[in-house]
Order: sequence, then structure tokens, then C-alpha cells
Amino acid sequence: MLYFQGWKLTLILGVCLLGFLFALPNAFAPETLDHWPSFLRRQVSLGLDLRGGSYLLLQVDMNTVEQERLNSLVDEVRTQLVAAKVGYSDLAAAASHVSFTVRDSGRMNDVRELITKIDPSLDVQIGSGGTVTLTPNQQALIQRRNSAIDQSIEIVRRRIDETGTKEPSIQREGDDRILLQLPGVDNPEHVKELIGRTAKMTFQLVDPNASPQDARSGRVPAGDVLLPSSETVNGQPAQYYVVRRRVMVSGDTLTDAQASFGQNGAAVVNFKFDSTGARRFADATKENVGKPFAIVLDNKVISAPVIKEPILGGSGQIEGNFTVQTANDLALLLRAGALPAPLTVLEERTVGPGLGADSIHAGALASVVGVVLVVVFMIVFYGLFGVFADIALFFNLCIMMAALTLLGATLTLPGIAGIALTMGMAVDANVLIYERIREEVRGGRSLISSLQAGFERAFGTILDSHVTTLVAGALMFWLGSGPVKGFAVTLSLGVLTSLFSAILVTRLLIVTWLRRLKPKAIPI
Amino acid sequence: MRPLIIIRRIPNIDFMGLRHIGFALSGLMTIASIVLFFVNGLNYGIDFSGGTIIEVRSLSGAADLGKMRADLDSLGLRDVTLQNFGGPDNVLIRLQEQSDKTQEQTVNQVKAKLGNAFEYRRTEVVGPTVGAELIKAGVEATVLALFAIAVYVWFRFEWPFGVGAMLSTVHDTITTIGLFSLLQIEFNLTTLAAILTIAGYSINDTVVIYDRVRETMRRYKTMDFAELINKSLNETLSRTILTVSTTALAVLSLLLFGGEVLRGFSIAMLWGIVVGTYSSLFIAAPLLFYIRPKRAAVQSGDAGEVAARGKP
Repeated sequence: MLYFQGWKLTLILGVCLLGFLFALPNAFAPETLDHWPSFLRRQVSLGLDLRGGSYLLLQVDMNTVEQERLNSLVDEVRTQLVAAKVGYSDLAAAASHVSFTVRDSGRMNDVRELITKIDPSLDVQIGSGGTVTLTPNQQALIQRRNSAIDQSIEIVRRRIDETGTKEPSIQREGDDRILLQLPGVDNPEHVKELIGRTAKMTFQLVDPNASPQDARSGRVPAGDVLLPSSETVNGQPAQYYVVRRRVMVSGDTLTDAQASFGQNGAAVVNFKFDSTGARRFADATKENVGKPFAIVLDNKVISAPVIKEPILGGSGQIEGNFTVQTANDLALLLRAGALPAPLTVLEERTVGPGLGADSIHAGALASVVGVVLVVVFMIVFYGLFGVFADIALFFNLCIMMAALTLLGATLTLPGIAGIALTMGMAVDANVLIYERIREEVRGGRSLISSLQAGFERAFGTILDSHVTTLVAGALMFWLGSGPVKGFAVTLSLGVLTSLFSAILVTRLLIVTWLRRLKPKAIPI
Repeated sequence: MRPLIIIRRIPNIDFMGLRHIGFALSGLMTIASIVLFFVNGLNYGIDFSGGTIIEVRSLSGAADLGKMRADLDSLGLRDVTLQNFGGPDNVLIRLQEQSDKTQEQTVNQVKAKLGNAFEYRRTEVVGPTVGAELIKAGVEATVLALFAIAVYVWFRFEWPFGVGAMLSTVHDTITTIGLFSLLQIEFNLTTLAAILTIAGYSINDTVVIYDRVRETMRRYKTMDFAELINKSLNETLSRTILTVSTTALAVLSLLLFGGEVLRGFSIAMLWGIVVGTYSSLFIAAPLLFYIRPKRAAVQSGDAGEVAARGKP
């Protein structure tokens, strides 16, 4: 009891010192840390509920991803069947497969070969009467989903970066979700608008022979599609267009887009194609001089200018009733690229800077008052030994803050509650030890053997009661989200550090006191 | 510094004599809580029910709830509730999901209507899928926590202790939920965190007491079991009270100064700490009387108590 091995002593003192050192920067304003050595400049990072900001949970619409895969499969199959001159009918995509009927069942082997050429991983089923059903296999689907979400994250990151948001955090969450955290953003409307658009742009010819009126009443010519204009009047599209399904050039060949002002002073968007896009655009415009083409964004027609002359330089300009803001946004979206599928906001939590500051204030006040109450309580009930417990409590707080800082954990308001709570729980271990010592003294033991028995016998009890709290903390961390996680981290960490401080630090203090002052009786 | 010793002599309270009252009271509270839960339900926060809350602060002193209500009613929204939140100028607007527009549109409408006379302190929108998932995760976490704690106690002690610990923890959890149903305090994610913490913490004094019961059982092999439990409870009473007091002080401080957001959490914790102590004394320990742990056989010729010297 009286003897601490040298390495143990060094370890305890070392941990306390390091704890104090790494916790210290948290007591200062960030600006004042510039003169500090670089390893001491780290502070615990505050959660969005404390510093203010937006938390958005987004879902990638995987149905669209799958449906688009099936639609493009239909196109490929059609192209191949036509090229091989195989007669077919009823080629269409259903919810999870593509099916068609081959007229001449004698050509089934050719069809099989064609399909293998398109995608060897397709699951092919041939029914009676020449029906062929193609189902993408599970693994290919999972791969497609994964790449869709990775691509979405990349595009979202580019779009957010363009808005100038500082330190955004964009993470994948589960199978089909993206967690977006934007510190300092207290009105995320603009961000939501930007990520709420897929931004798929295409250039398609307008069918000059079809009338939008006929198309709206259901008579859309084969190979055409009816699209509304993006411009609205009283919430309704201002106009409808009948455009060719075939895409002349698509937006993924764009290399740059910038907002600018046109000849009449209106806001416009200038764009540039890469070489493939430029060649396609040149060919298409050469063949269609005098005809209108539609600039389509997310299935809405921005504008449909008439091609006055072939555009060979690979750059162009979009006019379309823009304000400066909408022109800037469109340019940004075109630069960042299209999302593979629409994103929907599942959850949004936005905290303004006022509430964040108030929460820090309230959390700090509650913690300080709580600690002071506990400190006074321990001195009132245990005198000198209470002071020892309080010193250990101080180091507990330091080590905890240091650990939070070094682990890069995020401190939230429930996290602060966790700290305050563990301050109350940390001295429980001291109470158990001291009460046991009192009991041993009452039982007639000598001073030193009472102390020894107190520490030894209370240890098992302390361990058992701490483990149960840790179990709850671990489950919260595992199953909880946002606020619960922040609480689980500080609670579990506090329980662990209190084991160290309440047992080892207190013991060290008591041993030092015993050796220095050689007391005759225990003052508890 | 002379320490204050509240319990100078080991008390002699007949906890076992009070066990019937304790069982009756706890049975009543448990049943009442379950009935309340099914009849009254819980006042789920948007974390679980889905929906929207907007916390605003009037920039011109106390907020005029009547005018705000009229303004919002003119938007034709269903199920709008307004309440002061932490002060007369703070208002919490709660909106259910509207069938005819997205939650985003609703928020924008409300903000447009209220205009610049308010500071928008907090906006939270939770879609119905997320709410349902969070409920599921919450129930799973609670059940798992109760189970894991019981298994741990069973592993460290013997199965009767595990059963006793689990029953008293379940009792603490159920009555906390009952309190929330009775007072209709908002039940949200942080409240759930409090309940899980209660499950982990309320077991602490039970473990302290069980530890002592086990120790006493080893020492006094023939002592009447009821007397043995009483003795253990009385011997550990001062530490039970003191450990609970320090934690209660910390939680009380959170309740008084921690702000509105932590109110539900603090209330749940405070109740959990109090009821957890009560159940350790009047439920967990007396339960051992009925589901008795095995006692070591008394050696022949050693009819008396094995009084190991120096041990209390």
C-alpha cells in the first residue's frame, strides 16, 4: 500500500501532466493559441448544436439508379437487335427486369450471343413463345448502387465546395445515405436547392412537325417526348415542347460553365465542351441549321433557340430568363456535374449561432455549478480525504478533455451533459473506497491496514458498477445517432478516466500524505 | 476540516419488514406506468414522430403567441402547436407533416410569414422513415442494455442476483417511461439516452448491495436470510445515499442551469436516480429472499457463525 513502484508513479504523474497539458488549450480562445507550440494548439471540436450549422441527412434514390440502368439496357438491346436484323416486339423495362419477344425462335442463339456481348453478367431467361427476360444480377446491382453513392458524394462535395462553405463534412451513412454537416450555415435553403437538383443537361432537337397541343392530349409521336419549360407562370409551365428522344450532346461532355452577361445585358451561362462534345455539337448543328433545339435540364426545357449557323468552336451560350443568382447556380451545377440519381432530404437540423452560444453557456454553467457542488459535498463529508477526491476529480476532468481533444471527438450539448454527469459519478468510486475504510476503522483495524483493505475490497464493487454503465454507453454509441452518440462518448470516456483518477490518483495522494505527515489516525 | 458523518452508527432499519409495502408500491407504479403508456401515450418529439420544429426568438421582447397563431393559421397548416420555450420571447413552433406540401415548403412558408421580426434559432425536420428507424433502434438499444447488464451481473454473481438486478432495472425503466407519459414531457433522443444511462447507473447501488450480501453470505453461513439482507442493506446504506447524492447534485445542476434542450434529459435522470436507489433497497435486495442464491454448506461442528477477525 505504502509503496508505489517507480514506473507506476511515473505513469500516474505522466498521465496527469499530459492530461492537464492537452486539456489546457480548451480553456483559451482559439485566437490566443497562435503563440503556443503546434502540438498544443488542438482544441476539442464543437458539434453543430454548439457552434451553429446545418446537419442534413440525404437519401440517394436507388430506384432511379436501377430504373436508369434498365432503360439504358433497353436502348442497348434495341440497337443490337436492329443491327443483327432480329425481329422483336414488346421490348420494355419493368420494375426489375427487361423483357422482349423474339419473333423467329430459330434465331434464339443469335439473341443469346448478343446479350452476352452487351453484359455477360445478365441473368437470361427464355420462356415459351420466344419471350426473353433479362435481370441484372445481384452483385452487379450492388456495385451499381455503391458507385452511385460514391459518385453522389463526389458531386455533392464539388457543389458544396463551390458555395464556399468552410469545413463541410460529407460522409456516407449506411447503404444509400449521405450525411452532410455544414458548420456555420444557419440557413441551408440555398444548399438544399443546389443538392436537390440532379442537373442532367442534354441538347435535343425540337420536333418541328409535332404540335405540343396534340402531344399534351396524349398523341406523342414515336421517338419524341413532351417536356415542360422550366419557366413557370403561376406555378404552371409557361410552355411545352415536343423534342426528339435522341440526345444530340449531353452535359457530361462539358468542361466549363460560367455565368456572364449577354449582349442585351441579361444574365447568361457560357459553356465549353470537351473535344468529343465539341465534335458532336458541331456535327449536329451543321446538319440542322435553321431548326430549333432544346436545352434540357432535368427534363425541363430551359430554352429552345434556333440554330442560326453551325457552332464549330465547342463553346456556346445559354439564355433563358436568368437572374444573376440562377445563372450562377446553373453554371455551378454544370461545372460540378450531374448527380447519378435524385437526392431527398430525410432529416434536417439547423442551429443558429445565437442558440449555439446560449447552449455552450448553459452547458458550461451547469457543469461548473455541478462540479462545485460535488467538490463542496466531498469536503463536507470526507474532510481532507474529500480534498484528495476533489484533486483527483480535477485531473479526471483534464484527462477527459485531453482524450476528447486528441481523439478528435466532437463535443455536443448532450456530450456536455455527459461530462457533468460523470463528474457526479466519478466520486462514487471515492465514496465506496472511503466508506469501506471507515468500516474497517470501525472494525478495529490499524490505520494502514484499513486503508489497504478499503482500496482492495472496494475495487471489485467499483469495477462491477462501472462496467454496467459502460455497457449502456457502448450500446448508445452503437445504436444511437447524432446527439445520443455525443453523450455516449463522453459518458463512456468519463467512466473510464474516473476509474484511473478515483483509484490511482487518490491512492497516490493518500500514500504521499501518509509518508510525509505520518498521521496517527485517519481523519474520516 | 472535520468531516460530517451523517450516519455515525450503522442503522438498523427493517427493510425486509417493509418489503411487502415496497413490492405493492412498485407493482402499482409499474402497472400504472404500463396503463399510462397505452392510454395516455408518450409525447414523442419529432425525433420519433417525424415532423418539424422551429424555435424562434422574438426580436422585440415577449412574443405575441396569439398573433403568431393567427398568422400561422392563415397559412392553412394542420396541427400547428406553439409554446413558450424557456422564456417569454422564445417560441417553439411544432408542425406535423402536411399532406399537401413537403416539409421544406412548410418551413419556408412559416419563415416567410413570420418575417424578420424573429431570430430563427433552430430548425429541425425529421422525415417519417427516420423517425420509425430511430424508434426501432431505441427500443433495441434499451432491451439489449437491460439484457446485457443482467448477463453481466449473472456472470459476476449467480443467476438469482442477475434476475434481481434485471427486475429492478426493468422497474426503473418502466416507471421512468410512466413518468414521461404522466407529465407528457417530450420524449426524444436525449431522453432515450437518459433512460439507457439510468439502466446502466441505477444498477450501481444494487451491485454495491449485492456485493455485500454475497460477502455476508460467505461469512455468516447460518444467519437467517432476511436478517442477512437487512444487515447488508444497513451496512451499505450510507454509501448508497452518498453516491446517489453526488450524481443527483450534478444532474440537479443540469436541470437548473442546462437550458431547455436538456430539460427532459435531466428530469429523466433525476427520477431514474431516485427510483433506482429506492428499487435497490426495497426491490432488488428483498427479491433475493424469494429467489435465494445458493449458500455454502455449513461444515459439521461449525454450528456458529464463522466470524473472521477484522472483517465487519
